[in-house]
Amino acid sequence: MTVRRLRGIAAAAVATTALVTACGGGNGSAGGDGKVQLALVAYSTPQAAYKDIIAAFQKTTAGKNVTFTQSFGASGDQSRAVGNGLKADVVAFSLETDMTRLVKAGLVAGDWNSGPTKGMVTDSIVVIGTRKGNPKGIKTWDDLVKPGVEVITPNPFTSGGARWNIMAAYGAKSNKGADQNAGMTYLDSLFKNVPVQDDSGRKSLQTFTGGKGDAILTYENEAIFAQQNGQAIDYTVPDATLLIENPIAVTKNSAHAKEAKAFLDFLYTKDAQTIFAKNGYRPVTQDATGVTFPTPPQLFTIDDLGGWPDVTTKFFDAKTGLVADIERKLGVATEK
Amino acid sequence: MTTVMTPVSGPGAPGPETGSSRRAPLRPGTALGLGSAVLYLSLIVLIPLAAVVWRSTEDGPNAFWQAITTPDAWAALKLTVGASLIVAVVNLVMGTLIAWVLVRDRFPGKAVVDTIIDLPFALPTIVAGLVLLALYGPESPIGINFAYTRIGVVLALLFVTLPFVVRTVQPVLLELDRDMEEAAASLGARPLAIFRRIILPNLMPAMLSGTALAFTRAIAEFGSTVLISGNLPFKTQVAAVNLFGQIESDNLTGAAAISTVLLVVALVALVSLDLLQRWGSRRG
Amino acid sequence: MAKLGLRTLALVYLLFLLILPVILIIWRTFGDGLGPFFEALTSPSAVHAFQVTLVVAIWAVVANTIFGVGVSLLLVRHSFPGKRVLNALIDLPMAVSPVVVGLALILVYGRFAPAGGLLESWGIQVIFSTPGMVLATVFVSLPLVVRAIVPVLEELGEEQEQAAHTLGASPLQTFGRITLPGIRWALGYGIVLCLARSLGEYGAVAVVSGRLVDQTQTLTLFVEERFQNFDQPAAFAAATALALIAVVTLLLTKLLRPKD
Repeated sequence: MTVRRLRGIAAAAVATTALVTACGGGNGSAGGDGKVQLALVAYSTPQAAYKDIIAAFQKTTAGKNVTFTQSFGASGDQSRAVGNGLKADVVAFSLETDMTRLVKAGLVAGDWNSGPTKGMVTDSIVVIGTRKGNPKGIKTWDDLVKPGVEVITPNPFTSGGARWNIMAAYGAKSNKGADQNAGMTYLDSLFKNVPVQDDSGRKSLQTFTGGKGDAILTYENEAIFAQQNGQAIDYTVPDATLLIENPIAVTKNSAHAKEAKAFLDFLYTKDAQTIFAKNGYRPVTQDATGVTFPTPPQLFTIDDLGGWPDVTTKFFDAKTGLVADIERKLGVATEK
Repeated sequence: MTTVMTPVSGPGAPGPETGSSRRAPLRPGTALGLGSAVLYLSLIVLIPLAAVVWRSTEDGPNAFWQAITTPDAWAALKLTVGASLIVAVVNLVMGTLIAWVLVRDRFPGKAVVDTIIDLPFALPTIVAGLVLLALYGPESPIGINFAYTRIGVVLALLFVTLPFVVRTVQPVLLELDRDMEEAAASLGARPLAIFRRIILPNLMPAMLSGTALAFTRAIAEFGSTVLISGNLPFKTQVAAVNLFGQIESDNLTGAAAISTVLLVVALVALVSLDLLQRWGSRRG
Repeated sequence: MAKLGLRTLALVYLLFLLILPVILIIWRTFGDGLGPFFEALTSPSAVHAFQVTLVVAIWAVVANTIFGVGVSLLLVRHSFPGKRVLNALIDLPMAVSPVVVGLALILVYGRFAPAGGLLESWGIQVIFSTPGMVLATVFVSLPLVVRAIVPVLEELGEEQEQAAHTLGASPLQTFGRITLPGIRWALGYGIVLCLARSLGEYGAVAVVSGRLVDQTQTLTLFVEERFQNFDQPAAFAAATALALIAVVTLLLTKLLRPKD
C-alpha cells in the first residue's frame, strides 16, 4: 500500500464524510427547499402514536412542508433537558408539573392551559397490571396489600409520571382525599409490598415483563402498548382510579410558531385523536372513532385531590412530603 | 494487541534511549505541533475532567460527602467496587488459565479461540448486554434467569473484562525461557511445583497488571449492565448507571461527586499498576 | 491429564461466557430468515442510525489519526519538558467511565457552561447535537492510534530520516516518503481500532445526545431504544450488525497487527 494510495483513501474518506453529512442532515431548523423543521420533545410512551400522527399531519395542507425531529424519554428528564437547551417547538409531557417547570423557566407561555381541554391532549387511567390470565387473581386495591404480593411501581421522586400511580392509590383508599389517615395507611402497606422502585414508568414495565413481581401499577396506555407488542400482560381497571391527563404546549421561543400551532391544532382533530386511541390513549375530544374504553364507576381527577401544585408540596416534597416519609422509612432515595 | 490492551504498560518515557538517537530539541515548527496537541488534549480531555472534579467540590466538602452517601449512590458504589473486585479475582485465575491453555496447549480450533478472546474488546457494550441477556435473561433457552440479579451484574463485568488478563499474560508466557522448567523436571520436580516456584513468579507482574486493568474497566462499566441487571436501585445498580440517572435528573453536582470517586479509584488502581510494573521490570 | 482438565475448564468458561451468548443472538436474529433481518435494518430509523454512527465515527477517526500521528512523532523523536506527563495523560481516557465522559463534556460545553454558552451565541450547539457526540467519541478513542504507532516508530529508528534530512529532504517529504510507509501497517491497525471503538461507543453518546430519534441516535443507541420499546427484532438485528462489524474488526486487526 503506497503512500499515494493512502492519501487517496484519506481523500475519499473525507469526501464520503462530506457527502454523508450533507445527506444525513444537519441540525438546522430549516430542512432545506422551503421545508420547516419542527422539534417535538415528548415523554417516552407516545412515541409510536406520534410517528403515525406526524405522518398523517404531513398529508394535510398545513403539514405539507413540515418535517420533524423527535426526542422521547422520561417525562421529567425531557423537561429538564429542554430547560438545559434541548431545542423544542412542541413539548408533550406525562405530568403537568413537568410543563409548569418550563413555564417558570420562561420557555412556555403562562396561558398554555387556557384552551377548552385545559392544555391536555390525551388521557389515560391508572390500572393494575398482572401476568397473563391473572393467576393470583389480583383485581382490587386491597388485593395489592395482601401479604406475599409483590407490586412493581416506579420511584415517584425520580419518575414524575410515577406520581399518578401513588395518587390513584391514595385517592381510591382515602375516599377521594376525604380521609387522609386511611389513605396514608394504605400507602404505607402498599410500599411494604414494593420490592424495587425503578427510575421510570417504562423501566418498571420492563422489570415486570422481565419476570419480577406479581402485579404492576401502570397506565392503561402502557399496558395496552405492552400487549400490542406481544408482552404477556393483562390488566384490570379498578373501580376507583385516577384520570391521567397529559399536557402539551408550543414553546415560547419556537422559530416556527405558526406551524407549531398548526400541528398542535391537528392533534385535537378526529384523525389524530383516533390514532391516539388506537395506541391506547383515551381521547380528549368526543369524536374519535373505533376504540372504546371502559369507564370506571368512581373515576376522579387530580383536581379532586387538590391539584398538582398542592399535591406536589404535600406529598412529594423531598424533605417534608408525606410520601417522602414513607420512602425514608424504607431507605429509598428521595433526593433528586 | 498487547500494546493496546495495556496502554499504560510502557515505562514513563516512550522508547529506550537507544545509543545513536539524541532526541531532537524543539524547533519552532515542532513547538507549534506540540502546542496544538496539548490544546487538543486540553479541550477534549483535560478541561472537561477538571470541570468534573471542580463541580464536585463546588458546594464544599459536606455537600460532596452527602452526595456520595445518599442511600442509592452509596449502594451503587459499594456494589460496583465489590463486584469489580470479585471480577478481578476471577479474571486473575481464569485469565491466566486461558492464557496458559492458549500458549502451552494444542487443539483443533485454537486459532479461532485465540481470535475471539478479543471480541469483548471490539463489541459495543450495549450489544454485550443484549447478548448476555439472550442466554441468561427471561427468555433463556436453558432456563436460567439472572436478569435483575447481582449475578447478572457480575456476568456482564466478566464478559467485558475477559481479554485483559489473558492478553497481558500471553506474551510473557510466550517469551518464557523453558530451560529452567526442563531442568527442574529432569531433577524430579512435579508440574505443580514447577509452576509454583518457577513460572508463577515470572508471570506474577503480568497477571497483576492485567487484573488491575480489568478492575479499572469493571468499575467504569455502563452499557453492558444496563440491560441484564435491570438497574434496580440498591440491588443491581452499578455506579455508572446511578451516575447516569443523576445527570438525567439534573443533579450535576451529585453526579460530579460520584464521578470523582470513580476517577480516584481508577487512578489508585493505575498508579499501583505502574508501581507493579516497575517492580516487575526490576526483577528482570 | 491435568492438561486436559485445564483445557476443558478454559473452554467451558469461554463457551458459557462468550461463545454461546453470541451464537444465540445470531441464531435468534436469523431465526426467521434473512428477510426480517434486512427489513429491520433498512427501516428509515435504522438507516439514519447507521448514517449518524458513520458520520460521528469518521470525524473521530480523522481527528484522532491526525492527533495520533503528530503526537507519536513528538513523543518518539523529540524531547521536551513534560514529555512523561503528556505520555501519561494520553492514556487517561482509558480509565474514565463513559458516563463520566458525557458529564465532563456537558459541564464544559453545555448551554449554561462558559464555553458552551459562548459557542451557542455563535450558533453552534454542542450538547444535544452532533458536535457533542463527535467530542465524546474522540475522547474515548483518543489513545488508540497513538499507542499503535509509538512502538513501531521507536523500532524504526531515525537513521533513514536523518539520512533523508542530510540529503536535503524537507520534513514533509521525509514524513511522506520515509516515516509514513514505515508505520503504515501500525497506522492501519490503529485506525481500525479507533474506528471500531468509535462505531461501538454507547455510554458517552447516550449522555450527550438528547435522544433525538433519527438525528442524534447512533446505532448503539438505536439498539437500546428499540429494546426499550419491546421491538426485539429491530434491536437484535442492529446488535447483530454491530457484532458482525466487531468480528470484521478483529480479523482486520489480526492481519494488520505489527508482528512482534
